[in-house]
Amino acid sequence: MSSALAFQTAAQLSDQLAARQVSAVELAQACLAQVRATDGRINAFLSLDEADILAQARESDARRAAGQTRGPLDGVPVGLKDVIAVRNQPLTCGSRMLEKFVSPYDATAALGLKRAGAVLFGRLNMDEFAMGSSTENSAFKTTSNPWDTSRIPGGSSGGSAAAVAAGQVPVSLGSDTGGSIRQPASLCGIVGLKPTYGLISRYGLVAYASSLDQIGPFGHTVEDVAMTLQAIAGHDEKDSTSFRTEIPDYRAELKKRRGPWKLGVPKEYFGEGLAPEVRAAVEQAIAWYRAQGCEIREVSLPHTEYAIAVYYIIATAEASSNLARYDGIRYTHRSPKSTDAIDIYHHSRAEGFGPEVKRRIILGTYVLSSGYYDAYYGRAQKVRTLIRQDFLNAFREVDALLTPTSPTVAFKKGEKTANPLEMYLADIFTISLNLAGLPGVSVPCGFSPEGLPIGLQIVGQPFKEAELLSIAHAFERAHDFHTKHPQL
Amino acid sequence: MPDTPNNIDIDYVANLARLALSPEEKATYARQLGDVLAYIEKLKQADVSSVEPTAHAFDVHNVWAADVPAPGLSVEDALRNAPAQRDNMIAVPKVVE
Repeated sequence: MSSALAFQTAAQLSDQLAARQVSAVELAQACLAQVRATDGRINAFLSLDEADILAQARESDARRAAGQTRGPLDGVPVGLKDVIAVRNQPLTCGSRMLEKFVSPYDATAALGLKRAGAVLFGRLNMDEFAMGSSTENSAFKTTSNPWDTSRIPGGSSGGSAAAVAAGQVPVSLGSDTGGSIRQPASLCGIVGLKPTYGLISRYGLVAYASSLDQIGPFGHTVEDVAMTLQAIAGHDEKDSTSFRTEIPDYRAELKKRRGPWKLGVPKEYFGEGLAPEVRAAVEQAIAWYRAQGCEIREVSLPHTEYAIAVYYIIATAEASSNLARYDGIRYTHRSPKSTDAIDIYHHSRAEGFGPEVKRRIILGTYVLSSGYYDAYYGRAQKVRTLIRQDFLNAFREVDALLTPTSPTVAFKKGEKTANPLEMYLADIFTISLNLAGLPGVSVPCGFSPEGLPIGLQIVGQPFKEAELLSIAHAFERAHDFHTKHPQL
Repeated sequence: MPDTPNNIDIDYVANLARLALSPEEKATYARQLGDVLAYIEKLKQADVSSVEPTAHAFDVHNVWAADVPAPGLSVEDALRNAPAQRDNMIAVPKVVE
């Protein structure tokens, strides 16, 4: 271990900064040292602007010295998935298409972190344009799971999860379109929150599927996730789909709410395909809630079996439209082969996009093409309604739902790359929440016999993140899974 | 749903997507697209006869904003990532003769 500061929580680091036991510059240097010591094996970072990081840290220290600290995140390093724009920093989205792109503006979430005084720390690896479940679709590198470097960290926000799990940064941001925060959090043994659709502005989040995409935080603890959420949540005029809703003090709420809650267990999430060690750990977590006096009720989400099919129509349809902007004309890779303006499109896109992105553009284009629209896209939107109604029906009876996050622990690199459909099925427990717009958090709930982390997914009601995080916090406080870290 | 998943006109779809594909890519994507479409067929079983479509999880309609001018990107920022530029404009091959 290169530093005593690695693996400390953001809340602990925040206290040490406040007590002047450590400076923001020392903390940034400790994180940089941990990256240098471990990232040769983990490959979480696509780029790291050391001078900029230290400059931000010096500004934080100067604010503190002047008595102008901006809050608990001031001086705390936060890593960002390379799909969230930060002015004057790269924004590759894991794609050759944007290999040289430097963002001319800040995402609203990035601006929220800056206003909170956080030190924006590096650009984290991801599946190209957030399409994938293993981070193997990055055009630049494959990220390793810190618990076993022969395995994938999950995806698409694999770099964001691995960086926190490896103690490189205390917290990070990712994005979640079908499970891309919760699944890597589960596979890397940390906490990851996908907020309600509309809680966080998508302005400056490079679009994959606009009706599903949502930014969210990773951390070692629920409290850290709550602190980070605070800095980025809220309505934004620059995103017309962001919601006007009251933003509570998420961290303070954790301490106020203690249950007992009525918790639902959807029977469709415990069928075939669920690994026995995952089932055992999740059932133990459910038993713990019952022992605390929570009422546990079996519920049914009968349209669950359609979720993946609906997702891969809606997400790819939206992606084929969103990714039309990468035309080789304005700000992307431009093919030198092209001779005329139309040719530029065909060749620049052929050279700039990787195989999974091409596959999804083809699928999305097909399902939207003339004659097929109603049969695929129209029908998928209707089944989406049924999936959403399933959840709303369940929430008439219960406060939240308990499920596995991922059907298995982290799989081996290369295991699923040959079969895209098999990779898609890895998202089976997370994908419905995006379709229904609901918040979900993954919290560590055990380890497999070979020592790989297992996550519990808790599904909350729209915009009730405070309650959702309280339910997760209660479990975390009574267990020590979050205090375990990989041997690096 | 309309056609069987194994008669996909991959050239037609690739052209709509403005995506040049190699013969190998065409074969691979046509096959994998067929697999995924076969999987998607299961949606036929869902009864959607009296169901409204969901475009977004929460209804947000007609969000209005005051039409007030505000500073945008500078010319330098807007052109910073352009693959080719000339005289503060993005340069492209000749479009019309």
